[in-house]
Amino acid sequence: MRNFISERAKEIPPSGIRKFFDLALTMDNVISLGVGEPDFRTPWNICESSIYSIEQGTTSYTSNKGLQSLRDALSRYLGQHYNLPYTSNDEIIITSGVSEGLDIAIRSIVDPGDEVAIAQPSYVSYAPCVTLSGGKPVPVRCTEKDHFKLNPETLLESITPKTKALIINFPNNPTGAVMNASDLKAIADIVIDKDILLISDEVYAELTYEGSHVAAATVSDLWERTITLNGFSKAYAMTGWRIGYLCAPKELCDAALKIHQYIMLCAPVMGQVGALEALRSAEEDKNNMVNEYRLRRNMIVAGLNRIGLPCHVPDGAFYAFPSVKKTGLSDVEFAERLLKEQKVAVVPGSVFGVGGEDHLRCAYAVSRKDLSEALNRMEIFINGL
Amino acid sequence: MDEKDLELLRILEENSRLSADEIAIMTNLPTAEVENRVHALEAAQVIKRYSTVINWELAGNGEVSAIIELKVSPERDYGYDRIAERLSRFRQVKTLRLMTGTYDLQLVVTGKNMQEVSRFVSEHVAPMDRIRETATHIIMKSYKENGHALFEQQESERLPYSF
Repeated sequence: MRNFISERAKEIPPSGIRKFFDLALTMDNVISLGVGEPDFRTPWNICESSIYSIEQGTTSYTSNKGLQSLRDALSRYLGQHYNLPYTSNDEIIITSGVSEGLDIAIRSIVDPGDEVAIAQPSYVSYAPCVTLSGGKPVPVRCTEKDHFKLNPETLLESITPKTKALIINFPNNPTGAVMNASDLKAIADIVIDKDILLISDEVYAELTYEGSHVAAATVSDLWERTITLNGFSKAYAMTGWRIGYLCAPKELCDAALKIHQYIMLCAPVMGQVGALEALRSAEEDKNNMVNEYRLRRNMIVAGLNRIGLPCHVPDGAFYAFPSVKKTGLSDVEFAERLLKEQKVAVVPGSVFGVGGEDHLRCAYAVSRKDLSEALNRMEIFINGL
Repeated sequence: MDEKDLELLRILEENSRLSADEIAIMTNLPTAEVENRVHALEAAQVIKRYSTVINWELAGNGEVSAIIELKVSPERDYGYDRIAERLSRFRQVKTLRLMTGTYDLQLVVTGKNMQEVSRFVSEHVAPMDRIRETATHIIMKSYKENGHALFEQQESERLPYSF
């Protein structure tokens, strides 16, 4: 029999944490700081409205773009909160999570041979999605020295005549880094000068702890060349609902919509109903969760620094990104031994691409009790090295 | 009272057993400032006391609670205050509120058993001057107290790792 697997599928490397995953599943009493999702339940008003809509028989396809009511509400919300002027009819597509939004964004702009710069450390799916489109992912290193912001000079060095787009994600998974208006302005100048497109994944926008989130598309003249991705998973504790959205000027949005209608048709309607309710009535739930994350962030940063894992203060998302360099262990060794010896799960930073090596991603989307216990166990581990 | 005080109150309302050191770390305030602020809030009676949410059903002491609605004739010059204060002195009265709607005062009363609660109402509350009418509702089961659910909630399945 022939080998049927495509070259592109072969090109994608296997998950960097498979062995950790399998190991953790065989162990009891593991405290996991390895999870990239809120530990809160979805606020009940959201669940309730979705349940009610199912009872009422709202179970059919929606428009490809998503429910009109949800797009209208989103358009208002984005305008009010982030000063983003996307119109509900032509410039917003409801997607099955940001993951799908990312996929269709990349597929609608990348041709074989195109290079796509990716600010790293980054979420793990950016590079594979570029590869699947026949493009070439080009990592751009963000460093601890810059608090893991994207440095304009480093970006400039990575850009070639083949560069089609840049993917950024701030607040950042895994580093928690945030770009303010002037940081983004410096990037905008390059993006505009080099005539490339920006894909900005802002799924952690609501989890910004100092000041307010600046949407990339509002900076300089980026709007016309930016695809903004966002979703409900992180802010409203709705990861399993799979509702995200892609926003872009009409021409870009139309191209993405053509792909979306064939691969997804529409995002699940019960999720869309829940998302609409989130915008209507879950502002306070969201704020309460953000407040709680802020308290935990302060706890984990103080704790990590105290036990000898230097850690900058992340201004957004729910990840701390300490360095393990001083311990003499690599991030992978540290994470593996910590799991085996003290039953604390963290993700080695190198999984997130260049710039992640020698660091750990510690998600603080866990209860304060578990967070304290995890820090205690990590201290015992470090003292035993 | 500023935003930091409100933050401290929210934290303490959820868990009053946290130490000043722990709260200082979470809020990025110096420990001394946390202590000073909490003392000031105590002195101003914003913080009345530190208590515990207990699931008495699990504790198994068999106590009975009732909500008692009272229709009351208000007093000239004092309104409901004097009678409310008088009622609130009873050990059995755990909560007392003035309400809008079809009745005036609402009491939450606790006793060892149903007889004790009904005796308390009929002997002490109902005969009081100015109380025109009482309605007693025995609490059969409590599902949530002060924001804390008292029923078992299924743990959701979380993966040990996700990106």
